[in-house]
Order: sequence, then structure tokens, then C-alpha cells
Amino acid sequence: MTTVDGHLTLLSAKGISKRFGGVHALSDVGFTIGHGEIYGLIGPNGAGKTSLFNVLTGIYTQNEGEFMFDGQPLTGLKPNDVAERGIARTFQNIRLFANLSALENVMIGRHVRTRANVFGAMIRDAKTRAEEKSIEKRAYELLDYVGVAKRANSLAKHLAYGDQRRLEIARALATEPKLLALDEPAAGMNATETASLKGLLEGIRRDGTTILLIEHDMKLVMSVCDRVLVLDYGRKIAEGTASDVQKDPKVIAAYLGGDINLNLKGAA
Amino acid sequence: MHTLLDPKKHPRGAWIGIALIAVALAVLPFALTQIGTAWVRITNLGILFVLLALGLNIVVGFAGLLDLGYIAFYAVGAYTYALLASPHFNLHLPFWIILPIGAAIACMFGVLLGAPTLKLRGDYLAIVTLGFGEIVRIFLNNLSQPVNLTNGPQGITLIDPFSIGSFSFATRETIAGLDFTGPIKYYYLLVVVLMVIIVINLRLQNSRIGRAWEAIREDEVAARAMGINTRNLKLLAFAMGASFGGISGGIFSATQGFISPESFVLVESVMVLSMVVLGGMGNIWGVILGAMLLSFMPEVLRYTVGPVQERLFGRMLIEPEVIRMLLFGFALVLMMLFRPAGILPSALRKRELETPKAAA
Repeated sequence: MTTVDGHLTLLSAKGISKRFGGVHALSDVGFTIGHGEIYGLIGPNGAGKTSLFNVLTGIYTQNEGEFMFDGQPLTGLKPNDVAERGIARTFQNIRLFANLSALENVMIGRHVRTRANVFGAMIRDAKTRAEEKSIEKRAYELLDYVGVAKRANSLAKHLAYGDQRRLEIARALATEPKLLALDEPAAGMNATETASLKGLLEGIRRDGTTILLIEHDMKLVMSVCDRVLVLDYGRKIAEGTASDVQKDPKVIAAYLGGDINLNLKGAA
Repeated sequence: MHTLLDPKKHPRGAWIGIALIAVALAVLPFALTQIGTAWVRITNLGILFVLLALGLNIVVGFAGLLDLGYIAFYAVGAYTYALLASPHFNLHLPFWIILPIGAAIACMFGVLLGAPTLKLRGDYLAIVTLGFGEIVRIFLNNLSQPVNLTNGPQGITLIDPFSIGSFSFATRETIAGLDFTGPIKYYYLLVVVLMVIIVINLRLQNSRIGRAWEAIREDEVAARAMGINTRNLKLLAFAMGASFGGISGGIFSATQGFISPESFVLVESVMVLSMVVLGGMGNIWGVILGAMLLSFMPEVLRYTVGPVQERLFGRMLIEPEVIRMLLFGFALVLMMLFRPAGILPSALRKRELETPKAAA
């Protein structure tokens, strides 16, 4: 197995392309993420970051290219299979089960790692009861871990915005992912909330989960990510450590719109 | 929701409650006989509708899949029983063999309906299920040729009642000085089946499977991203709902002794769905209440509207049937205005319809 900066490879993408009719959402994107990294994915609006997430998690199927995850290809897997393989995600526009309690949301996250079937549920044998108890226990632990344990019985939709983001992370962690893919977790957070989110992300990494992070908050990205991939118009324009990427003229151009050619290409 | 019956919270209260309910249920048929023997039959039909409504509640209330052809599974169960226990094919299998077969066949039909409709939601799903219900009925109506399978619109007659050895559910017997008529025996059987199905429903709801259904109902994309196999779980909801319908159909066949496609028209599907919605989608107790109300109301009207009008006006001005539809429409309008989540809404529906302001 190849290594990235001394980490074993967890996820590698090769030549990923995704088209919607004539729109090239992703063109020939490739990267590798090592075990235990926090890997940032940035780019201006419409650069294809969320499309890349959707292709990775099986919501879309790529037109070309392949993902290798933990030594196995992800090609053709449905979203639920991808989750079972160990990739959990959050959504840019929070998609909690709004009318269920915070606790229930996390308990649903345990679904993929538990086994009770319909007969177990009907008979409620000792094994099912024990599993049910362990699901609830783990859900409380995770709520505590992300810091929303006090709101365990509140409905997801009644939680404060930042807490909803954290709850979504708890729900994703409940699936025991090897790779946690977060789509703009700091969006809408104030500076204090973002700082504590940073602590949470570092904690998750310390506990052994690799993180793929889409984020617009550059301060957060630059302080927490080991390496960063920059997309623009569906193409990879830079990859490297946060400080390297920051100095890259192509990245500066993409963000500040300095390059006229680039803009024309986008309009076409 | 069922805190009163939660033995952990009220250990003694729960047992007293259960004992009282049991006594009430045991005495009920004899009390009804005092009013009129027909009422036991009416109660039995009411319980059958409760069973149906509970089955549909799995599909509509738990998994959020709108099914307008649910009566088809009732028909499949009823015809399975009728064909295997009547002179039609000269088969007379015992009921404890046929009921599971009926449930299994209905379950298969459930999957058959579920598989092609997996990607449909809301209105589109409703239209396909509606069509499915009608297709089943039309098949039953026309499968008298070239091979006489269902005897067409004439239906199947002389269906065997349930019996175990020499004990038949249809004959009248005096046990310990009490007069047990056929309907009373069926009543006790139905109460037992009802209890079993209520327990199954409650357990399913508070289980890994029930939570997964709720997740699908809430947000299918998020559910899939959490690793829930939405395909299998939707099929499971259809299959479970259908098998409950199949069992109810089998019992219906045996209690009536005669079935024809006319018992399985679209209006019946709509009726069962109304029971679920009126009582409170997703809440088992609400669904039971809704089914009881809607199945008893027409009968109560039948016995009251005529006499009341004759006393007041000296003759019948409006037919009970007309009044029934009038009241039904009126009740639905009132419901939508004042209790849009049902008479006894599930906690989930109540929250969903709460405005953020009222909740805060």
C-alpha cells in the first residue's frame, strides 16, 4: 500500500469526472487521503466540492474515474453500501431527521452497525434487548462527545443552528466511519462556535477517524487541515499543505477573480 | 404515548388497567347481545377493520408510503382462505394452515407492489397503488374463465368456518351456563389476534426497524447516507402491512361464509386509509380509535336515524346512508380544521404540524 506523507492511504481518487448534460461538474479530479489526516477541500462557490462529495458517497455516479477506499474500489456502490464500508457524511444544508429527537437521530446512525431484524423486533429476545440498550448507550455517549447531550430529548429542528451541525456529526460518527466527510460544518457559526468545532475535529482525528472537510472558513481550514485540495470549475488547481496552497497564484486568481481567461471559460 | 400501560412507570396501575380492560373485553359480547345479536357481528367487523388499519399504519404511518390499494391484500387473504376451504375446489384445509399461507401470499403481493414503486413517493405512489388495488379486484371479477378460479362476480359461497377438531366457531354452544353463539366465539378469537397484532406493532415501532422506517419517512436521502437500505426496508413495510391484511382477509372470509369482489372495492381502501388518518397516523391507539369510530358510525346511524326521524316528523325524510356521508364529510372538514394530525396524533405528527412559534 502506498503512503501519503507517512500515512497509509485510506482513500484515493483517480480521474473522477462528472457531467450533467453539457456541464462539467468535475473533470479528471484525483487525490489521495492518508489514514488520520484532516484533508481540506476548498474552492469558490460552484467549484464542484459538493458534487465530489455526492459522487464519493454514491448519491451520483461518476462518468469516469474510480475511488479506492481502504484497498477496495467504491464503484457502483449505493449510498447505504458506501456508509457500510465506512464513509459517513454530513450535508451542506443540514439534513437531520427534523421531527425526531436528537437522541433518535443518533440512534438511527447506529442502524448500519446493528443487526436486529424484524423477527427480533417482534419477539424482542434477550439479544435484541441487549442491542437496543447498547444503541441507546452509544447514542448518549456520542451526543456527549459532540456536546449536545443536554438536548438529547429535544427535536432536531428545535436545536440551535450550531447544535444541529454538531448533531449531524454525532449521527455520522454513530455509523463508525473510517472517513468522516463534512460539508461546510462551520457555515453559519460564529467565531466562538467555530473555535470549539475546531477542537471537536481535532478530537475526532485523535480518536482515529480521518476527516475530509469542505469549508469556506479559511481560518479554520488553514489551521486544522494537514493538506488542502483546491477545486475550481470542476478541476483540481492546487493541492498541498495549507501554507503552500495559500501562496499559489492559481488559487489566488480563482478566489479573487484576477485571471480574466478563467472567468471567460466559466461563462462559456 | 402508552405511559399508563408502561409497567415500569406504574407497575400496579398497569396491571389494574390491564385487568379492567380484559374484564371489559370479556363481558362485552354478552352485554352487546342484550341490545341486539347483530351488534356482536358488527363489533367483529369493527375489529377486522382495526386489524386492517393497523396493517396499513405500518405502510402509511411508519414508513410514510401512501397506499391507496391496501384492500387488495385483504382480498388476497380472503380469497386464499375461500379457495382452500370451500366446496369451490372441494378443498377443506384447516384454518391454522391457511391463515399463514394467506399471510405469505399477501406478503408476496406486497413485495410485488413494492418492488416497482420503490422510487415513487407521494402522489405518484398513491396513483400506482390505487391502480394495483383495482387490478386485483378486476382479476378476481374475471378469473372465472378460461379456468374457473374465483367464480367471478358471483363470488365464493359456503366457506368453511374456523374449526379445531370437533370445536367449530360457527355453532352455538352453552358452556358453563353461558350462551356462546358463533359470532361470540369469533369475537374472542378476534380479540386475541388483535392483541397479538397490537403488541407486534408497538414493538416494531420502538425497534431498529421502526426507527429506520421513521428515518425514511423523514428524509430518504439522509437515511441512505446513514447506511439504511431503503429498498429492503420499504419492501419490508409493504410486506408486513400486506401480511396483516392477508390474515384479516382470511378471518373475514370465514366469519362471512361468502365473499365476492364487491367487498374489495376502492371505497374500502379509502375507508381504511381514512381510519388511519382520522385516528392519528403513526399512533397505534389513534388508529384503533379511528377504525372503531368509522366502522361503528354507519351502524349506529342505521339504528338511530330512522326511528328518530319517525318520532320527530312522523316519517323518514333523509335516508341513513345520505346522513352518513354528510356526517362523514362534515367530520373530515372539522378534523382538518381542528385536529389535522388526527384525534390521537402520534408524537411525531404532532411535532411535525406544530408551528415553530408554538413550539418555542
